[in-house]
Amino acid sequence: MQLAVEVDHLNLYYGETQALKDISLEMEERKVISLIGPSGCGKSTFLRTLNRMNDLINGVRISGTVRIHGEDIYQREVDVEMLRKRVGMVFQAPNPFPKSIYDNVAYGPRIHGIKNKSQLDEIVEKSLRDAALWDEVKDRLKERATGLSGGQQQRLCIARALAVEPEVVLMDEPTSALDPVSTGKIEELIVELKEKYTIVIVTHNMQQAARISDKTAFFLSGELIEYDETEKLFSNPSRKQTEDYITGRFG
Amino acid sequence: MKLEDALNLSTQLEKRKVNHASVSWRRWKNRLAYLLFLLATLSGVVLLGVLIFDVISTGWKWLSPDFFHNFASRLPDRSGIKAALWGSIWVMAVTAPLTFVLGVATAIYLEEYAKKSWWSRFIQLNISNLAGVPSIVYGILGLTLFVRQLALGESVLAGGLTMTLLILPIVIVASREAIASVPASLKYASRAMGATRWQTIQKVVLPYAFPGILTGNILAISRAVGETAPLIMIGAVTYIAFTPSSVMDAFTVLPIQIYSWISMPQEVFHELAAAGIIVLLAFLLTMNGIAVYLRNRFQRKLR
Repeated sequence: MQLAVEVDHLNLYYGETQALKDISLEMEERKVISLIGPSGCGKSTFLRTLNRMNDLINGVRISGTVRIHGEDIYQREVDVEMLRKRVGMVFQAPNPFPKSIYDNVAYGPRIHGIKNKSQLDEIVEKSLRDAALWDEVKDRLKERATGLSGGQQQRLCIARALAVEPEVVLMDEPTSALDPVSTGKIEELIVELKEKYTIVIVTHNMQQAARISDKTAFFLSGELIEYDETEKLFSNPSRKQTEDYITGRFG
Repeated sequence: MKLEDALNLSTQLEKRKVNHASVSWRRWKNRLAYLLFLLATLSGVVLLGVLIFDVISTGWKWLSPDFFHNFASRLPDRSGIKAALWGSIWVMAVTAPLTFVLGVATAIYLEEYAKKSWWSRFIQLNISNLAGVPSIVYGILGLTLFVRQLALGESVLAGGLTMTLLILPIVIVASREAIASVPASLKYASRAMGATRWQTIQKVVLPYAFPGILTGNILAISRAVGETAPLIMIGAVTYIAFTPSSVMDAFTVLPIQIYSWISMPQEVFHELAAAGIIVLLAFLLTMNGIAVYLRNRFQRKLR
């Protein structure tokens, strides 16, 4: 089994405060990995270290190494834009651009230099199909994306992320702003997507983590407490804190 | 027990009475506040109405094609606004593109590139302060810098540059607000797909902020159209019998022409001034109208 993500002794500081403490873990290719833990435990921060989105925040310092498919992404010569093309991201609230559905999906390929119309058409259709949205929007690709329902918007954002053919897709609580039906659709989609992509998902919903992920990592106050097969972690956690959290004793 | 209950009940009733009185007073105050604010609004509207009525009734009869074809003259019948109207258009043709480019570029730098340090706060504070500097001061600056130091003379170019300095702070502040209103989530979405900062600015930030930037620019230009003091300072002439044919020509502008007519002793020139004011107001209303139209058009596209 190939490793998609290898994190080794990762520390992260916001100014003086340490937000991630000595994190080490490995993620296999084409799996769904859930990150769970109470608010402020560092799971979202950790997610953003995988595509260097933390670079956009002032005063963040990092030590340790993060490898994506073997490449150390914090080396000086790394092209951050190319890294983010390889490691896509879907955010908490759907954030489509105020453009047409087509232009939303074509945004990524265009900024990476694809101008050919038929090639773009092909990418848009494939990405929308992969995001299970094609049948719902194929007749109104020129309409504004902001007119879609919340769940459709989020699937559009997933399609938009897939359009640049990433290797890893990061999802930061992608269903927390959605109703149960839309949430169910996105969960089905995530399970389908792991045939092609490695998916790392932050979630507050433990049932969701249990339903869709192969492995689960439990974070608490910036530390990785436990990382194991999802089934094992939920049925027979090896650490007391994990057990307390998943049985609802805190958090 | 029963006695206590009865006592309780009577005190409760007492309280309710007091409350009732205070409620009616409160309602009255509520009504008063509404009237007060309505009155404040109406006072502005009424004053504007009186002003416009007065100006139009005095100047209307002078608005003929000849008024637009003639230059200023000592004979009222032959007097027209041609030089001033074209002078205003020429000055704005210099000022508008310059302020747009400089103002928007500065706003992009401050919002998107500058780190939030004491230095950038210092720059921002100064720009806000510059927006409040009296326009005559910009006139002195324009006279020293453009007319004398750069030897541009009393030209359209010197006037346009001075006006640029005057409204630049307003344009920067308005453009910054428009750019700051772009949701961070959209910028993150773009960056997370591997767009560079500049690509994100081009494709996400500017399209989103454009209506706001445009409105700010047009309103600032309207303000420049009405400015008199700085142009008198740099030596715009009141009597000119030609329209500029290059940016190095001498010029006059609408408010200066109006001012010079107003200061004539003969009553009839005051009527000409009123006609000039109608032209100036029409000029301003047209520009503001365009601003509103463009804003609505682009905002509809954004939704």
